[in-house]
Amino acid sequence: MRVMAQMGMVMNLDKCIGCHTCSVTCKQAWTNRSGVEYVWFNNVETRPGQGYPRTYEDQEKWRGGWQLGRNGRLSLRTGSRLKRLLTIFSSPVQPSINDYYEPWTYDYETLTNAPVQEHTPVARPRSLLTNKPMNIKWSANWDDNLGGAPELTQADPVLQKISAEIKEKFEQTYMFYLPRICEHCINPSCAASCPSGAIYKREEDGIVLVDQDRCRGWRQCVTGCPYKKVYFNHRTGKAEKCTFCFPRVEVGIPTVCSETCVGRLRYIGIILYDADRVLEAASTPNDQDLYMAQRSIILDPHDPEVVRAAERAGISRDWIDSAQRSPIYSLITKFEVALPLHPEYRTMPMVWYIPPLSPVVDALTETGHDGEDAGNIFGAIESLRIPIEYLAELFAAGDTSLVTGVLKKLGAMRAYMRDLNLGRPADESIATAVGMTGQDIQDMHRLLAIAKYDERYVIPAIHAEQGPEREEFDTGCSLDYEDGPGMGGWGPFGETSGGSTPIAVENFHMLSARQTTDTLSAPPTKAQRVNLLNWDGKGAPEGLFPSRGNDDARHGPDGGGDGPGSPSVTEPKP
Amino acid sequence: MNALDIVLWVIVPYISLAIFVVGHYWRYKYDKFGWTTRSSQLYESRLLRWGSPLFHFGILFVLIGHVMGLGIPKSWTEAVGLSETAYHAMAIGVGAIAGFGTLVGLGILLYRRRTTGPVFSATTKNDKFMYLVLTMTILFGLSNTVLGVVGHGGVDYRDTVSPWFRSIFYFNPQPELMAAAGPGFQLHALSALLLFAIWPFTRLVHVFSAPLGYFTRPYIVYRSRDRQLGNRATPRGWDRVGGPRR
Ligand code: HEM
Ligand code: SF4
Ligand code: SF4
Repeated sequence: MRVMAQMGMVMNLDKCIGCHTCSVTCKQAWTNRSGVEYVWFNNVETRPGQGYPRTYEDQEKWRGGWQLGRNGRLSLRTGSRLKRLLTIFSSPVQPSINDYYEPWTYDYETLTNAPVQEHTPVARPRSLLTNKPMNIKWSANWDDNLGGAPELTQADPVLQKISAEIKEKFEQTYMFYLPRICEHCINPSCAASCPSGAIYKREEDGIVLVDQDRCRGWRQCVTGCPYKKVYFNHRTGKAEKCTFCFPRVEVGIPTVCSETCVGRLRYIGIILYDADRVLEAASTPNDQDLYMAQRSIILDPHDPEVVRAAERAGISRDWIDSAQRSPIYSLITKFEVALPLHPEYRTMPMVWYIPPLSPVVDALTETGHDGEDAGNIFGAIESLRIPIEYLAELFAAGDTSLVTGVLKKLGAMRAYMRDLNLGRPADESIATAVGMTGQDIQDMHRLLAIAKYDERYVIPAIHAEQGPEREEFDTGCSLDYEDGPGMGGWGPFGETSGGSTPIAVENFHMLSARQTTDTLSAPPTKAQRVNLLNWDGKGAPEGLFPSRGNDDARHGPDGGGDGPGSPSVTEPKP
Repeated sequence: MNALDIVLWVIVPYISLAIFVVGHYWRYKYDKFGWTTRSSQLYESRLLRWGSPLFHFGILFVLIGHVMGLGIPKSWTEAVGLSETAYHAMAIGVGAIAGFGTLVGLGILLYRRRTTGPVFSATTKNDKFMYLVLTMTILFGLSNTVLGVVGHGGVDYRDTVSPWFRSIFYFNPQPELMAAAGPGFQLHALSALLLFAIWPFTRLVHVFSAPLGYFTRPYIVYRSRDRQLGNRATPRGWDRVGGPRR
């Protein structure tokens, strides 16, 4: 047994209102630079829908993830190492910018420059790639809220797996949101397909990162990831991906997307898993068994044997402690309501989802039934085949019984808790019908409905004695790096050259530039951007809003407030 | 042999090679972040699908050809019984095919660069100069091969260019050999020397990252958080005490 810790996330889809706050704040923090205009490390898709990039789930076409060979061995779907090096000069399958969307801005200047005329002047869209006028035909969430359905929705690869007659009715009956980030897979195919070995999984917390200094722009990882969550920065020529906000989680605060989530539906915690059995689990022959296989490598952090093995592996006591209190461990293993997204890609994803029950309840209520009566819900879950099959394709490789089981638990929770809330005696038979006890249901309800900040996010900070090993070191002078302070500019070969800038320094330049800039988009230097990385959720982030009057203090170059300078304090929040 | 010959065939080659070597060392040390293919496949792949493999496989064969033609002395091939005519038939045959593949590939790539909007916008001045020198070198080189096929070249490069090339590396340069090689070879050699001099400062550095290590490494790379202290290299005197980490 080789114990490793893995940071993971669970999202409760019932609560997602599709507001895209997570996407926008993530973009502000990480991808508001030129070169990654089209990139959304976090995106929210309406399902059914094509997703972003379009139809990325069609692995016959995009060839992402792993597949099981006839010999039972796991190999990349894109082909052997040799084959991929022979085709490296032009990747056979790689999404083009049109599969994401061509990024644009508006020619706002005409609004103020235009001569006096009869009609109001219009700000025309201009491509951020060519700077030419363009027609907007697609974007990261063009089919938001079933926009363009049913024509656009028909191209949804998940929908196409379900039979034709069902497809017709689908969009009238069912819709939900699916927020997606990188899965920080336990068996990441992006890392496996990187010829330079630049993508690595951190030993300490399992976060998957691209080493910007070792990436050589072979762009194989873009094809390799089945979730299409590695993106190519077309200006620097390097791959970039979701970082799980490592500078934040290293000091114990949640990722930006979680911090800002309006529905408070994201849970972050760590799990312990047995690294020796990953390959075996990922090679499980039957797709539908992959869920259980992945569950089986997750270790019980309360088991003394596991604790000892973890300590032997150098995992510190407070990390083990966090693993024991981990909300994601509870949701995955104790309550068994969280499911992995597309386990059949065999990458062992670590962002899991609680499938949505609300649409079932809504459908019930529309037909005049009591949507929260246990009997009615159970019946509806059995009879509403369409959404169940769809959810099963997403979260269980098509195994509907798994999804039905989870939805029944969620339904039972509603019914059971309603009795309690209305002051009626608890009906224990509801709990036993889904194999739980009343106490379990109440615990689950607490975690899903009222858990506070420090219950939703159990993130062990890095140890003080490991402080120097943090990627961003806060006791050294942040300006003291190669090429000295205040460089902010580019290396000798234009904007893509030179060393990478520490986030703190970038923040400093961004803030000062932001206050003096005339342009809104495509900032001429990479330094001009709002950065939410140091924001702890209190007040407004620096630079996001124009300054009010003269309160210079807030915009002082030291960033004011408490940045990463005060690590590991996670104040409980409402 | 006059002063110009010495400048062109002794001084310039050494300067160029020195820039090539030191330049790469310097670039790698100071600009790892800029060391990339800067792939443009995101913008366009229909033309790239043909142009890039044609060009790359072509130029890799051309490279092998150069290693053989310049590196292996004539006496060696003759010693294994390969006749002069047989060698040339082979070299010119393979060379011409690879060379034309390269040229056609490069043509497609250049056409693509100019006509595809986003690709053109992403082309820097540095790229343009590199393409100019690269294209020149390939054109001069290929014209030598063509003249060789036609048979009126007159000079056997294996008696002139190759020994001169090797003499550079023996540190016993023999400029008179190159001076006698004829203008075709001279122009090709000069533009190649220019190409080597600019090489470390262009996107061509990606050639030295050809990912051969991929065959031997495990699929998944695990790495600990950065070993160095923060963003900068550990200053002297601040190294941590050894012993158990974590
Ligand atoms: C030895 C292994 C090599 C590998 C693996 C390799 C790989 C690549 C890759 C992946 C690209 C990006 C293509 C794209 O997506 O846009 C590229 C571009 C390029 N390579 Fe190479 N290359 C190699 C050798 C060479 C050599 C020897 C040369 C020339 C001397 C060369 C010249 C170029 C040029 C000029 C481009 C830009 C093409 C364009 O977009 O116009 N490469 N290479
Ligand atoms: S989801 Fe993330 S970790 Fe998994 S393969 Fe894709 S980029 Fe890699
Ligand atoms: S912020 Fe939360 S509720 Fe809003 S779209 Fe994102 S995940 Fe859904």
